[in-house]
Amino acid sequence: MIAETGLAALWLAAGLAALQLILGIAALRTEFAAERAMRGIAVVQGVLTLLAFAMLLIVFARTDLSVALVFENSHSAKPFIYKVAGAWGNHEGSMLLWVTVLSASGAFLALLSRRIGESTLTAALGAQAALALGFYAFLLVASNPFARLDPAPIEGRGLNPLLQDPGLAFHPPTLYLGYVGLSVAFSLAVGALLTRQVDSRLGRAMRPWVLAAWIMLTLGITAGSYWAYYELGWGGWWFWDPVENASLMPWLAATALLHSINVLAARGALKAWTMMLAVIAFSMSMVGTFLVRSGVLTSVHAFAIDPERGTFLLALLAIYVGAAFTLFALRGATLKEGAPFELVSRESGLVINNLLLSVILAIVFLGTLYPLFVEAISGEKLSVGAPYFNAVAGPLALLLAVLVGVGPLLAWRRERRAILPKLRVPALLGITALVVTIVLAPGIAILPRLALGVAAFLGAAAILPLVGRNPLRAPPETWGMVVAHVGIAVALAGMAANAAFTTERLAVARLGEALDVGPWVVRLESVAPTAGANWTAIEAQLRASRGAAPIVLKPQTRYFSDPPTETNEAAIQTFWNGQLYTVVGKPDPSGAWQLRLWWKPFVTLIWLGGAIIALGGAIALFGRALRAWRARRKREPNWRERYI
Amino acid sequence: MSRTLRFAPLVILLVLLTGLVWRLATPSDTTIPSKMIGSDLSNVRAPAALPGRDGVHVGNAFRNPRVINFFASWCVPCIAEVPLLQELKRQGVGVDGIAVRDRPQDIAAFLKERGDPYDAIGADPKSNVQMQFGASGVPETFIVDAYGVVRYQHIGPLEAKDVAIIRDKWASLRK
Repeated sequence: MIAETGLAALWLAAGLAALQLILGIAALRTEFAAERAMRGIAVVQGVLTLLAFAMLLIVFARTDLSVALVFENSHSAKPFIYKVAGAWGNHEGSMLLWVTVLSASGAFLALLSRRIGESTLTAALGAQAALALGFYAFLLVASNPFARLDPAPIEGRGLNPLLQDPGLAFHPPTLYLGYVGLSVAFSLAVGALLTRQVDSRLGRAMRPWVLAAWIMLTLGITAGSYWAYYELGWGGWWFWDPVENASLMPWLAATALLHSINVLAARGALKAWTMMLAVIAFSMSMVGTFLVRSGVLTSVHAFAIDPERGTFLLALLAIYVGAAFTLFALRGATLKEGAPFELVSRESGLVINNLLLSVILAIVFLGTLYPLFVEAISGEKLSVGAPYFNAVAGPLALLLAVLVGVGPLLAWRRERRAILPKLRVPALLGITALVVTIVLAPGIAILPRLALGVAAFLGAAAILPLVGRNPLRAPPETWGMVVAHVGIAVALAGMAANAAFTTERLAVARLGEALDVGPWVVRLESVAPTAGANWTAIEAQLRASRGAAPIVLKPQTRYFSDPPTETNEAAIQTFWNGQLYTVVGKPDPSGAWQLRLWWKPFVTLIWLGGAIIALGGAIALFGRALRAWRARRKREPNWRERYI
Repeated sequence: MSRTLRFAPLVILLVLLTGLVWRLATPSDTTIPSKMIGSDLSNVRAPAALPGRDGVHVGNAFRNPRVINFFASWCVPCIAEVPLLQELKRQGVGVDGIAVRDRPQDIAAFLKERGDPYDAIGADPKSNVQMQFGASGVPETFIVDAYGVVRYQHIGPLEAKDVAIIRDKWASLRK
């Protein structure tokens, strides 16, 4: 019954989405007042998909093997948390999560949006319904998560052991909230282009949605990076894998959008550009979903390939993105650009930010899809790897990071004062860092060296907007910006330190043998079998010391029987100044063991920086929301009765 | 933005869709032919990995074809390969080694314990030589001709049957 309830809720939600779309079209064509009805429908639709998703969680939590999806992806002996998280560790479940976030976003837009005009809101809700309708069709026709098996099997096939990790509980949902949260910006842009009401009011209405989605994307990417780092046992935090790039591209577009939307909200300028970015950001999410779900690009995220599903998703992508870009091309001309600005101004700083982010986006996009096009045209197979991305995108990212320190100091419209004197202290710090690395570490590569200098510069320059005023009286969005920009400096420092100072040791070691890596001496003390809930393992005991008290690390090679798979569980010890990363591999015939050891100075700053960037976003989002709520309470003492 | 520019996103989308439709219609063939066959690597050098031994200079092979074997002391499959390389050497095939991401003392210990099939041993501590050869891991074995051009690539550990294949290929290049 539970699975059927979920399926019925999905069908109902699809019907409501169709109704919402029709109402939206009617409201656009005639003077039909559909706002209240559409808001209500959007909310009910969101509730229904949440119900469907809850039903999926229940069948997974109970390991109801009569549901085909549970049989294929779960097992009764699995720990409870992975039973639940396993609900989205597969194609159908993850698409249901996608759709749930999509219609929940629509519901929140209907509930919360008060800033934009009625016609734009109904058009946007219509666009959101059109999006949802396509994905409901995809779920119900090509990816039904609730399909039954008769008779029910006795035992399930189990979940890919790489996914049996707390990372699965956190990474996909946050990433999807970000990916799909961008759909609201897409729908608002489409709505505003339809009603020709692209103005600063729209910018202010769109901003919190973009910010919220961007925070989630930042968290999701950061979490995914750390998950790959410790779970794969390769010691790297970013591999420029197509699926990683699929999550980075919407983030780059959303970051650009986040900045250009401020120009639209504050000055009414960059209208066409901002609308294009809003469309591109969600389009990149759909492209990412397509690349991941269709399996057209070779990737460590090895998902099952199904041509029928790939075709369906590609058709949806073509319809939605094609329609939005056509609308943009036709309506873009009717947008009047807002207030003009001078060459040296906050606006032009943000334009440069947007150009650099767009070029980096184009570089990642080309690098990801280049192998596909080369093979299509010449039949030649090739792959584009980290050297291309690092060499081409790296210098641009560094330039951008330098400008991050300068841009926020500029005034809107026209900067009359000289701003360079303010940057004296940060510049001095940056140059000092550069000189120190040249003296103390002459052998490191040029890009990490520059990055260390830029990180020192930006760390100081980023807090300048709070200097020379009472920081407690600074608005929350200024605080948010400062925190996020400091986060960039922190992450950059971590990336540079990891690239420049990591020491690696690969060796075949006998019991009792000691290996040195960086400042550490690591001794292989013993190797013994051990067992967990649904796995057995070979566990090495390593004693690591650098002068003072030694620590013990226990890396494992785990063997899962359902499905039969082997994984490396790295043992990682974190210190204030870095991480010791150890992996045990295979034995050789004489009984020695393959060990991979890394000492990674300050590598944790990468993810700490990511979290700080997201925190900055959260400060801006909640600070602004709180202020808006207070202002409304003052203006309309009885607003509550009007809406509730 | 000018009028033409506004159509740019649409055009890019169409190109992207064409490529993706093509990919869906022609599923990818996952066998990857070696791209290195025919590459001139005569300029590639790896400095001596051990004191008192020769390093590898691909273009300076005394006008003879050479077998070049990428290995490492930390690589377990490489151990199984040593007897086969020694067999090649016994049959007169010239074998050079490139030690990938390794340290001199570890290499010396490996050779002492497992056997030493190599005439020259080059060091490749940062995988640079490995990248120039287009090798993706260890072990991997190449045959280069007298002019430093790659003629054969074997990915992964050698098996007993590969000894004859490599010897014949090497012998045919000698003429």
